[in-house]
Amino acid sequence: MPPQKLTEVTTVACLFFIFLVPLAAAGLAFMNVGLGRSRSAGHMMLASLCALAVAGLAYFLCGFAWQGFIGSPAHIFNLSGKSWNWIAAEPFFFRKLAFEGSAASLAAVFQIFCVGLAALIPLGSGADRWRLRAICLSTGMLAALTYPLFAHWVWGGGWLAQLGVNYGVGRGFLDVGGAGTIQVVGGLTALAVTWILGPRRGKYSADGMAPAIPGHNAVLVLFGCVLALVGWIGLNSAGAILFTGGEPSGAALIAINTMLAASASALTAAFITKVRFGKPDASLTANGWVGGLVASSASCAFVIPAEAVVIGSIAGAVIIFSVEWFELRMEVDDPGGSVSVHAVGGIWGILALGVFGQFERPVLNVAASSLTAGGNGITSGQWLAQLIGIATLLGFVLPLTYGLNLLLNRFYPFRVSVEGERQGMDLHELGAGAYPEFVTHTDEFFPR
Amino acid sequence: MKAVGFLMLPAGWFLVLAAIVLFAAAPLRAGFVLAGIAVEILGLVLVFRSHLIPREEKR
Repeated sequence: MPPQKLTEVTTVACLFFIFLVPLAAAGLAFMNVGLGRSRSAGHMMLASLCALAVAGLAYFLCGFAWQGFIGSPAHIFNLSGKSWNWIAAEPFFFRKLAFEGSAASLAAVFQIFCVGLAALIPLGSGADRWRLRAICLSTGMLAALTYPLFAHWVWGGGWLAQLGVNYGVGRGFLDVGGAGTIQVVGGLTALAVTWILGPRRGKYSADGMAPAIPGHNAVLVLFGCVLALVGWIGLNSAGAILFTGGEPSGAALIAINTMLAASASALTAAFITKVRFGKPDASLTANGWVGGLVASSASCAFVIPAEAVVIGSIAGAVIIFSVEWFELRMEVDDPGGSVSVHAVGGIWGILALGVFGQFERPVLNVAASSLTAGGNGITSGQWLAQLIGIATLLGFVLPLTYGLNLLLNRFYPFRVSVEGERQGMDLHELGAGAYPEFVTHTDEFFPR
Repeated sequence: MKAVGFLMLPAGWFLVLAAIVLFAAAPLRAGFVLAGIAVEILGLVLVFRSHLIPREEKR
């Protein structure tokens, strides 16, 4: 298959959008720091930087080789006369990638940022107890194996993208900005890490109480939300150009939909917390904002603004109740809300494309590397393709990422010692606190 | 319970894959895909329950 060609204008626009993506990573890093404790703030920021670095290197080493791009060489097996493209067969270290502005080279730049973004998601759930070296090792596995495999199936012309061509299921699994490939993969890894680490000491007491352990800096969290918006506009716009054949002019609709989904989600979260607790909750509203961004990712190029508002509103409500359900009922101690925001929000976003998606412009058929004709109205069977993608995330990605992290935990324990947790990750692992001029208070959440 | 739950997740996924390959009729295919997802949800319930913290270990 011939590689996808982009015009000069499209290439420049795409590069501009790609260079916005690191702002999303900066936003998530700030949010993770702010939602954790002050005594682990420096550790969390350093862990974010290390995760970005390890993810980039692991993706360069073998991630891109296994993810590939539309039309690149791949391992294929035949089943009942249909070809199943399951993993790319590119050489390691970007060796055959020509950096001359081709769509494949732009995808490599885009993906090296996206894999870093996915790697930051589990950090929020492992805050205050996950050791730095374990973070680096776990990130390496995510960036080298879990992420590229699923991303190939969706964005590299893999079997999920082929569902439409091979089996007539809608247009195959569609995910414009990575609601599944980045957010749900990261969110499910966050869930696996939370299970393996266990809750922070003092979170669940024998009398059945689960006291809230509030984040230490709401300003950082909310500033992270603003940065994330800019990054997400870049993420969704670049994804639409590279993986659905969109034109740069479509970025206006994508930016509006992204903003509207985030706004509706945040306001819904603020309204629900105001009604339930008497005052709007800053951290849950921030979670709602990012949840709206996550939910917008899959469908931003294929819905009208009013539908983006509906998608965002539902995301905001689902995420608020999901945070509470995971924390109080399922005893999942997730300080950053990563599981609810990224896994639950992402799954809703994927499903929303099947429910609301309209395909009035031609959509890039990643399986055939060509544009398919646009249609009028909702494509039949698209919801089924999206459900198959969700089933793959729950039935394949979750066991895979849990198994890999569990194995790693056997050789190199993830959790810091009791003394280290009491002391704080900053002092224990880095030897200095993030706020050295602060007076150290007795921790009211830690039994002496 | 944890192992059974984690086995049910790929089991549900295989059911979904089988539905894609074996059935051409849309309603039948959709029914089996939904059945596969139901198996996965059951598996998730088991996995979540197996990770609840025993009372004696809460601190």
